[in-house]
Amino acid sequence: MSFGQLPYDVAHLLGGAMLLTSFVLLYQRRVPAMVNALAAQGALLAAAAAWQGMVQAAPQLYVTALVACLAKAVAIPLALRLLIRRLDLHRTVETALGIGPSLIAGVALVALAILTVLPVTAGARAIVREDLILALSVLLLGMLMMITRRNAILQVIGLMSMENGLILAAIGAAGMPLVVELSTAALVLVAFVVAGVFVFQIRERFDSVDIGFLELHRGERR
Amino acid sequence: MPLPWIIVFLPWAGALALAAIPGLALAARLNVLVAALSFLLCLLLFGYPHGVQGWTRVDALNVPFVTLAAFIGLTSALFSAGFVAAEGFDRLRGRAYHAAFQLFLGAQALALLSDNLGVMWVAIEIATLASVLMVAAHGTPAAIQAAWKFFILCGVGIALALFGTIVLYLAAQPVAGHGDTGLSWGALRAVAHQCDPGLLNLAFVFLLVGYGTKAGLVPLHSWLPDAEAEGPIAISAVLSGLLLNAALIAVLRAEVIVVANPGTVAADAFLLTLGLASVLLASVSLWRRRDARRFFAWSSIGHVGLAAFAFGLGGTAANAAGLLHLAGHSVVKSAIFFGVGHAVRLKGGQGIAEIGGLVASHPALGWGLAIAVAAIAGLPPFSLFASEFLLVTETTAQAWWLLPPLLIGLFTAAAAKIVTLQAMCMGAPRPDAGVPPGRAASLCALGPLWVHLLLALAIGVAMPAPLAAMLQDAARLLG
Repeated sequence: MSFGQLPYDVAHLLGGAMLLTSFVLLYQRRVPAMVNALAAQGALLAAAAAWQGMVQAAPQLYVTALVACLAKAVAIPLALRLLIRRLDLHRTVETALGIGPSLIAGVALVALAILTVLPVTAGARAIVREDLILALSVLLLGMLMMITRRNAILQVIGLMSMENGLILAAIGAAGMPLVVELSTAALVLVAFVVAGVFVFQIRERFDSVDIGFLELHRGERR
Repeated sequence: MPLPWIIVFLPWAGALALAAIPGLALAARLNVLVAALSFLLCLLLFGYPHGVQGWTRVDALNVPFVTLAAFIGLTSALFSAGFVAAEGFDRLRGRAYHAAFQLFLGAQALALLSDNLGVMWVAIEIATLASVLMVAAHGTPAAIQAAWKFFILCGVGIALALFGTIVLYLAAQPVAGHGDTGLSWGALRAVAHQCDPGLLNLAFVFLLVGYGTKAGLVPLHSWLPDAEAEGPIAISAVLSGLLLNAALIAVLRAEVIVVANPGTVAADAFLLTLGLASVLLASVSLWRRRDARRFFAWSSIGHVGLAAFAFGLGGTAANAAGLLHLAGHSVVKSAIFFGVGHAVRLKGGQGIAEIGGLVASHPALGWGLAIAVAAIAGLPPFSLFASEFLLVTETTAQAWWLLPPLLIGLFTAAAAKIVTLQAMCMGAPRPDAGVPPGRAASLCALGPLWVHLLLALAIGVAMPAPLAAMLQDAARLLG
């Protein structure tokens, strides 16, 4: 399977589109639009999983696709939107890093992923290499997003995006055991944190979910 | 059902039952009962044949640590039963706290017992979620901040560890083939020399950073002091005593696979560097702590770093020293948290300055805590002295030039601990500003504290021969 063949091209297209949505997440400043981008990334992940399920003749990947579609493209974005409405976050979001620098850092991270993965996978098949690069890039961009945003919900979105990258890597590894179990477990992690934000804001009536507020309580109060 | 799975599922069944029981006192008793049953089951593991059973394995490396984990789980449950009433939980929080405690113990056992690296990852993830729940149990802004920090850092950490696991599978796939063998630790170790070294390197970096975050290695440690200072006190004991061990052993399992291939980078050098950095940073940071629980959390960072240093040094003797150190640290550190927990309740604050002169006012507690702190500082005759001595001898033999930084770290940390010992236990007693725990509650803290000290003493001066043989086997397993 290599460039120019349909199974490869479609897998590459879907992975590339996921990377593109990661960049959207990186520069977008409006929170609702970010949730939309996240939902789009989840839907692309579901499509990629289903496609790999067909190409690899691995029916369990359809389960991964279904779970990704229901949870990441529908349920979690809906929950986040509800949360945003309740917390009144329909305004511009501050980033610790400006759009320009964060995009430059993003491109640098993608270059880093390429430079890291290409030499070590010289023996592997082309699809494995490209898939790993795309997955690692999505992972690193998610991490960058978590670093540059100071808002709790946006950190959750960053964590979810990282996790999308992980699942992309897992479904691309042909014959990987426990893919369904691992992807579900990773999803539980994200669902847990979304639930956590929900519960704490309802119970504790935090006026703000900006983690800057929490910083007041850090360390030893002197 | 094979024994390893019973050991995992018994606490999980207990967690379900505990989640359903509204009464705090009844739940605390059931918690102790389940922990006691798990401990008895773990003792059976010593007679269980070593080998792989599907997704789990029983070997010389995990049997002592699973049993130790169950033992500390039991004593922590006992301590928690005495002190949970004073934590001020409402019914929902009490249920969540007890259920999360058992969920954590089960996940912890699974993380140690699993042969399949995917299962191990899931187990560590469940343990993370359960411990976040326990750290947040108080619901104060400080507790939520600690839980959030813990969650975000460890969430990123375990995400990276999963990526490492996937890359490890990719490396092994051409040799090990499809299916469950591709993630089996035993199988991967056997075929590692044929795998692509580049992919193994990549996998190791992610696994080290991922599980290293959970093990609290510098520079990935910053969640640990907050998590240990803000949660209920029983949780500090299990976090220090169990979680760090399981995470470090996960790193070691990854390292064993990677070093089995001669073409890879020197994985042990990474471990050694992170370990030494942890020892040095912790030894300096200990001097600046005013909060007793944060102080001992920092000491955990230093001790795990010391164990990582030993494993990085490599060789059977150094590995044995590392394993002995991990076990000894777990036993003594949980004893310290029982003592500190009791003292905090008496004095009504967890600042080191607020806890003073314990020996004069409460001799049983004061001497217990003083001896435990001396043991954690590495004074003889406890097991930490034995392991540190062994480690220093091995360092002299293998890499003498590492001796100065190691000794500086060891002595700086020990001096800080002795100073804290004097501040907390000696001198004129401070007034008891808190609510003194009842007789039964005091026994729940002092009993486990002294039993742990006796155990540390026994490991230090008279380790049973079969256990010593098992330790040697485990050290050889680590290469």
